[in-house]
Amino acid sequence: MSGQSVYKPQSPFMQWLERRLPIASLVHSSMIAYPTPRNLNYWWTFGGILTFMLGVQIVTGIVLAMHYTPHVDYAFNSVESIMRDVNYGWLLRYLHANGASFFFVAVYIHMARGMYYGSYKEPREVLWILGVILFLLMVATGFMGYVLPWGQMSFWAATVITNLFSALPWVGDPIVTWLWGGYAVGNPTLNRFYSLHYLLPFVIAGVVVLHIWALHMVGQNNPTGVEPKTDKDTVAFTPYATAKDAFFIGLFCIFYAWFVFYIPNYLGHSDNYIVANPGQTPTHIVPEWYYLPFYAILRAIPNKLLGFIALGGSIVILAFLPWLDTSRVRSANYRPMFRQFLFIFFAVVIGLGYLGSQPPEGGYVIAARILTAYYFIFFIVILPLLGLLEKTKRLPNSISESVLRHGTPAGAAAPPPSGAKA
Amino acid sequence: MRVRRSNFLAVTFAAVLACTATRAALAQEQEALPPQQHWSFAGPFGQYDKAQLQRGFKVYREVCATCHSLKLIAFRNLADPGGPGFTEAQAAAIAAEYKVTDGPNDQGEMFQRAGRLADYFPPPFANDQAARAALGGGLPPDMSVLAKARGIERGFPWFIFDAFTQYQEDGPDYIHGILVGYTDPPPGFTLPPGGQYNKYFPGHAIAMPKLLNDGQVEYTDGTPTTVDQYGRDVAAFLMWAAEPTLDARKRLGFQVFAFLIVLTGLLYFTKKRVWHDVLHRSEPLESRPPA
Amino acid sequence: MTTISAAEPSRRDFLLVATASVATVGAAATLVPLIAQMNPDASTIAAGAPVDVDLAPIAEGQIVKVFWRSQPIFIFHRSKKDIALAQEVDWQSLRDPAPDSARVKSGQEQWLVLIGICTHLGCIPLAHQGNYDGWFCPCHGSQYDSSGRIRQGPAPLNLPLPPYQFVSDTTIRIGETGKA
Repeated sequence: MSGQSVYKPQSPFMQWLERRLPIASLVHSSMIAYPTPRNLNYWWTFGGILTFMLGVQIVTGIVLAMHYTPHVDYAFNSVESIMRDVNYGWLLRYLHANGASFFFVAVYIHMARGMYYGSYKEPREVLWILGVILFLLMVATGFMGYVLPWGQMSFWAATVITNLFSALPWVGDPIVTWLWGGYAVGNPTLNRFYSLHYLLPFVIAGVVVLHIWALHMVGQNNPTGVEPKTDKDTVAFTPYATAKDAFFIGLFCIFYAWFVFYIPNYLGHSDNYIVANPGQTPTHIVPEWYYLPFYAILRAIPNKLLGFIALGGSIVILAFLPWLDTSRVRSANYRPMFRQFLFIFFAVVIGLGYLGSQPPEGGYVIAARILTAYYFIFFIVILPLLGLLEKTKRLPNSISESVLRHGTPAGAAAPPPSGAKA
Repeated sequence: MRVRRSNFLAVTFAAVLACTATRAALAQEQEALPPQQHWSFAGPFGQYDKAQLQRGFKVYREVCATCHSLKLIAFRNLADPGGPGFTEAQAAAIAAEYKVTDGPNDQGEMFQRAGRLADYFPPPFANDQAARAALGGGLPPDMSVLAKARGIERGFPWFIFDAFTQYQEDGPDYIHGILVGYTDPPPGFTLPPGGQYNKYFPGHAIAMPKLLNDGQVEYTDGTPTTVDQYGRDVAAFLMWAAEPTLDARKRLGFQVFAFLIVLTGLLYFTKKRVWHDVLHRSEPLESRPPA
Repeated sequence: MTTISAAEPSRRDFLLVATASVATVGAAATLVPLIAQMNPDASTIAAGAPVDVDLAPIAEGQIVKVFWRSQPIFIFHRSKKDIALAQEVDWQSLRDPAPDSARVKSGQEQWLVLIGICTHLGCIPLAHQGNYDGWFCPCHGSQYDSSGRIRQGPAPLNLPLPPYQFVSDTTIRIGETGKA
């Protein structure tokens, strides 16, 4: 990147350290002087919010692990002991449980931003695929974490989801037995889920490092989709992006605090306050809200194996987005037809989420099938065709031009006529 | 992102689809929902009413404890801040009224002794099987977290509003509803053997008989001794049993909220200050060619 | 680089200082629950409540071990000979000087109540062993007398006394000191 300031260690100690472990210059070049497009809007703060939430989950998770017992006879009561006896235990538990939900809120907004602005397009394909991997890791981590309190939903969600693998021909049943460590979900299952639930967030942290590395190789996308051309198009990450990230993290924390302190059980299911009973299935097994769209897709397909494939496929298809979308234009701001289909897609996902929470009967089933059809048609048919058929709007020449064009800043000179040297 | 009319239409289309399906499903069974009660602990400034918790505890001891255990509550919890407000001496006296199993002694036998503050409420039955055998097959659930283990599905759009009104009291509303919901079955309703008709119990056939009657439990503070009042008091007590830290949570929540609003405001103005010159540059931009 | 006019610095600095201070206070407040959660929780504290021990079944010369707050407590029903031996020692010359009278309750000299953890490195000494009619610690050879005082070996201090009081002539409550 051009024109950014270079870190020069001032004190003798920093010079000594810099020669042996150039961490100061790494932090300087990647988080302080790093050139960031100047026109990023607040949808770009969710990467920072996700890093913050990962930190919150890891810290609260580690302290909760000091008090939790991963055994079927003690797990539920150990969580209640955390809620009642451990100093601030109720706070740590509610932070962690609601933190998982808010982690997913942030990641869905982050993904929606990527889809809207074409952040998955060349040269950011690997960045996007690393993101899909991160999302899959989050899904796995959240699923296993939900089993740990050993409530009714914990147990039966584990049973339903692990049973899905039996849909695979020949290897299905051995795989399910292997996952369970027994003939049904039981103590071996709980123990290994605990171990993996503790492990995966650190795998996520490692992949986040790769994700940010891939990002820094190609630079941020921006709302115009036009890459920075000159120094005028960018500002230093600190203090500009840092200040925006900090403000929006603060705002995000206010929403988070609303749930943690005032409606801490709103996003959960009351059945999970009943101890797991392997002999009695709850009337309606529902996963947490962030899995509902995928749950709806799974149940929409009447065939067990195809439903399983559709479930996995609905996430894995995201990885192919850079190639399914054939348009040369990145940002939906300049793609009016794509924007409409994308908003319908977002509404479809929300609709699928609602349908996932309802019993699979009557009108709900038909609706789920229609919406699932749109979900896949959007990726497989609409996106490839749109790139070929769509008439896009004219892109600005540069970021600075788009910034100046959208409202002349007070006291500035008149913007140069378009087409002139920017 | 700019949102246009066509986008609103697209979102509305999907929402209407979901609503129609909902109405279709709901038309099949018109379930009566337990009426919402006023609770002292509801809302952002809600707190438990100590007198109500003590009355509820009295109802629990005299009526419910015959069958329902409270295994996660210790006698010392009765003296905890944010609870019924017994003193430690009173809680110790209550504990001493109970017999708790301890042991084995030097002869290898389990024995009974008077309860202490650190002990938990002893269950009425040794195990689930003993309970079922004594009660003709039904199993009274433990009530330690019952108020959080029961809820009311209010459907769309109520669940959206509930996030804003902070409605978290569906458990106590449900418990109160069950206790006041015993009526005669409507004509044509066949009651399964051993079941009692209850307006608000899912499926309307509950194994628990109606045990509360007006005037059954004596109140020393002059509160009316109606089944409706008993229902509310014991539901409040069970909410405390399920969520004893509610008072502390809402108090800390207020402080955290005030702090976050101040901090976020400061961060907002800091951001504005930092970005001022970039957004309101007074001299024309000079371009430098990329290196 | 951004340019700052002369009138700006004080207002800008105040804003940055205010934001940084509030953020620091928030960070410090966040640490409180994270550190506090490692302190003993309410059930542990409740389990460590004072425990009553009935002295009647303890025969003369017998040493009994009970637990309080997960620590072993020795209760020694001393005979007249044990008491005499303990009182005759020239306590001023001991490594950790203490008269026997300071280690028992007056009027109840036959009852010696000690925390049974060797003050060297924490092993539990063995009763009725060693050369001083008291305890012998097998880990590194410390020897305590019939008043629980260190007489020989690497331990620096006498066996400590737990807080306790007589609630009746035959019952002590360990964990609570009444009037000495």
